[in-house]
Amino acid sequence: MAKTLKYAAGLAACLPGSAAFAAWDLNMPVGVTELSRQIYGLHMLILWVCVIIAVLVFGAIIYSIVKFRHSKGAVAATFDHSTKVEVVWTVIPIAILVGMAIPAAETLINIEDTRDSDLTVKVTGYQWKWHYEYLDHDISFFSTMDRDSDRARQLRAGVDVRGIDNYLLEVDNPMVVPVGAKVRVLLTANDVIHSWWVPEFGMKKDAIPGFINEMWFRADEPGTYRGQCAELCGRDHAYMPVVVKVLPREEYEAWLREQQGEGAAQAAASDVTSDAAAQIVAKAE
Amino acid sequence: MSTVQAHGVAGHHADAHDHHGPEKGWRRWVFATNHKDIGTMYLLFSLAMFFIGGLMALIVRAELFQPGLQLVDPYFFNTMTTMHALVMIFGAVMPAFVGLANWMIPLQIGAPDMALPRMNNFSFWILPFAFTLLLSTLFFESGGPAGGWTMYPPLALQMGETFPMTIFAIHLMGASSIMGAINVIVTVMNMRAPGMSLLKMPVFVWGWLITAYLLIAVMPVLAGAVTMLLTDYYFGTSFFQAAGGGDPVMYQHIFWFFGHPEVYIMILPAFGVVSEIIPTFSRKRLFGYDTMVYAIAAIAFLSFIVWAHHMFTVGMPLAGQMFFMLSTMLIAVPTGVKIFNWTATMFKGSLTFEPPMLFAIAFLFMFTIGGFSGLMLAIVPADFQYHDSYFVVAHFHYVLVPGAVFAIMAAVYYWLPKWTGHMYNMKLAKLHFWLSTIFVNLLFFPQHFLGLAGMPRRIPDYSTQFADWNLVSSIGAFGFGFAQLLFAYIVWQSIRGGAKATDKVWDGGAPQGLEWTLSSPPPYHSFEVAPEVK
Ligand SMILES: [Cu+2]
Repeated sequence: MAKTLKYAAGLAACLPGSAAFAAWDLNMPVGVTELSRQIYGLHMLILWVCVIIAVLVFGAIIYSIVKFRHSKGAVAATFDHSTKVEVVWTVIPIAILVGMAIPAAETLINIEDTRDSDLTVKVTGYQWKWHYEYLDHDISFFSTMDRDSDRARQLRAGVDVRGIDNYLLEVDNPMVVPVGAKVRVLLTANDVIHSWWVPEFGMKKDAIPGFINEMWFRADEPGTYRGQCAELCGRDHAYMPVVVKVLPREEYEAWLREQQGEGAAQAAASDVTSDAAAQIVAKAE
Repeated sequence: MSTVQAHGVAGHHADAHDHHGPEKGWRRWVFATNHKDIGTMYLLFSLAMFFIGGLMALIVRAELFQPGLQLVDPYFFNTMTTMHALVMIFGAVMPAFVGLANWMIPLQIGAPDMALPRMNNFSFWILPFAFTLLLSTLFFESGGPAGGWTMYPPLALQMGETFPMTIFAIHLMGASSIMGAINVIVTVMNMRAPGMSLLKMPVFVWGWLITAYLLIAVMPVLAGAVTMLLTDYYFGTSFFQAAGGGDPVMYQHIFWFFGHPEVYIMILPAFGVVSEIIPTFSRKRLFGYDTMVYAIAAIAFLSFIVWAHHMFTVGMPLAGQMFFMLSTMLIAVPTGVKIFNWTATMFKGSLTFEPPMLFAIAFLFMFTIGGFSGLMLAIVPADFQYHDSYFVVAHFHYVLVPGAVFAIMAAVYYWLPKWTGHMYNMKLAKLHFWLSTIFVNLLFFPQHFLGLAGMPRRIPDYSTQFADWNLVSSIGAFGFGFAQLLFAYIVWQSIRGGAKATDKVWDGGAPQGLEWTLSSPPPYHSFEVAPEVK
């Protein structure tokens, strides 16, 4: 029991600073979007509420364990109910819950508001890779786990995976978006259900065959953000990373031009609906 | 069925007329109709499944011991996580509670046996066949089921020849559960001793009565869901296939309409067990008996209107997300009342710490931790991060292992001397408790960190930043697993012999309830004369 408390205390002590990708990472990343920060704030709010309640309840249990021991001559009291007390500990939790529900509802409304986006990217899950299609431009490509990771992840490959940069979290063609733009992501899948997740963006959403889901993010800092498929999708579920490169405006524009140039060269393959066509595009780069 | 069979004299034992004694040899078990024999079989079956499911968990944790793929193919890894869940839920936890119900309900309500003894036999003997069927798929060329125990389509439809076997096994398990539930309801409703009104029943009986209704309500829903999968696969229906006009998300709605009450099916009897044990070793009556009963009923009701919180990421309308968030948060209220009332029972009591009490107190702490993470998961925006990550794995294992499984162990340590007539080795049992408690936290607590840091569940290999906590978790898993061998040894020892247990067993404590008025072990027909409850 003391152990549990120690963990809770340890957890509480380590909460504020969390360097993402530090080895003994304890907490959720704050992330780089408005939504991820709101979600992180909510997460911390509930966590602290839980920690406080835990201290009170566990404190009362531990106090009883220490104080009312038969071996120390404690004599049991005879009370077995108290309507007043029970009403109190029914009503107070309800009040706390309302206090948590209000900010949660506000954030949720914000999350669901996908209007006024600057860019729309359609993401399709395949067993086991992602396909990105920029609906406002004529760009689309597959994104598959990179070769180093793929070689090292084979059964008894004999490769020290610690020597590989971003093991299992690197792809050949990352999704690229401009910094500060509201990116609307449309999600669907070609075979089974997948789930598109980048922890630094605070969001994941399922990619479901036959249906289109929506989500959005607006990344404030340029950088490379990594995540994975989160919904079990078969044998290689662990091997379909999500990598998003957030670039400054000009670099993004340059990337766009480069892609479109290639798209023109590969006009036949630009309408990527089949696997084979996608391979051609991927190889062309 | 009359409640009172007032012939014979009090204390009149079954051995007076031999034809009422147990059959000899294998016939005693195969043709068993006695609630105690069937209860024993359920419990031993559950223990066997606990070890088989545990072995699968250890294969999973061994592969996750370090990054890189060292031991098994990813497909086999998925088979292990899938099978581990099915075996533990339907083979270990549920049968353990049915075993406890069989043993204890007649003893606690003053009945001679369960109301429907032949159905009781049938419902048990289905299980070995169901699990033989399920486990045999491991030896198929195509491998066992690997789509997760939730069997979401379209992935579930890629299963291959293991698919119909798995579904048939689930149908059998469901049929067995429904029969067990009917038996509990009929027994509790019709066979209580004179004077035992509903609100005088022990909380364990209450927990089970409500669980039984949940089972009857939701097992057919599961059966329906998997049958639709089956027709999608073989008969060209498109319930869940978008290409044919179906909806894969509908499966998830139906599945979790079963799945969420299922969670409470595994925890309400545990609430009952803890409500029996804490008063005994606090030497004080349960605080707020009526509220405890109402809280169980409230949780059971709420369990039907929260299912979609398992699937917030499928893209529901805003109003739907709001509703399921609020209804889920509401569950914290009756659950909180239960935790507070148990605490109030211990407060100003006179506590001793026998093994059942140790497990009950550990339940109180660690089930509450699982409750907290459950509350966090209810908050939809935060759930978008937690969902399908190791945080969820940590959450439900806290509720199920140091929650339900610890309650089962508490129950076994509480009633084992009543069942076998022998005390068990208290020192070893306390050692088993401490090993289990330390290792179970080492096993599951770091999984919170892994999930928050971004590790998805159900992956056989992970990026190197997750390596350290996975290593700790795996060490915890092996420690916890091996500590359970001690449990099996303690139980076996108590069956073989040991100091004679008195009728009351816990003479130093204050055990309530009719089971303590019978001899240890109780006579063959438990209460031949219905006791009078004042
Ligand atoms: Cu996937």
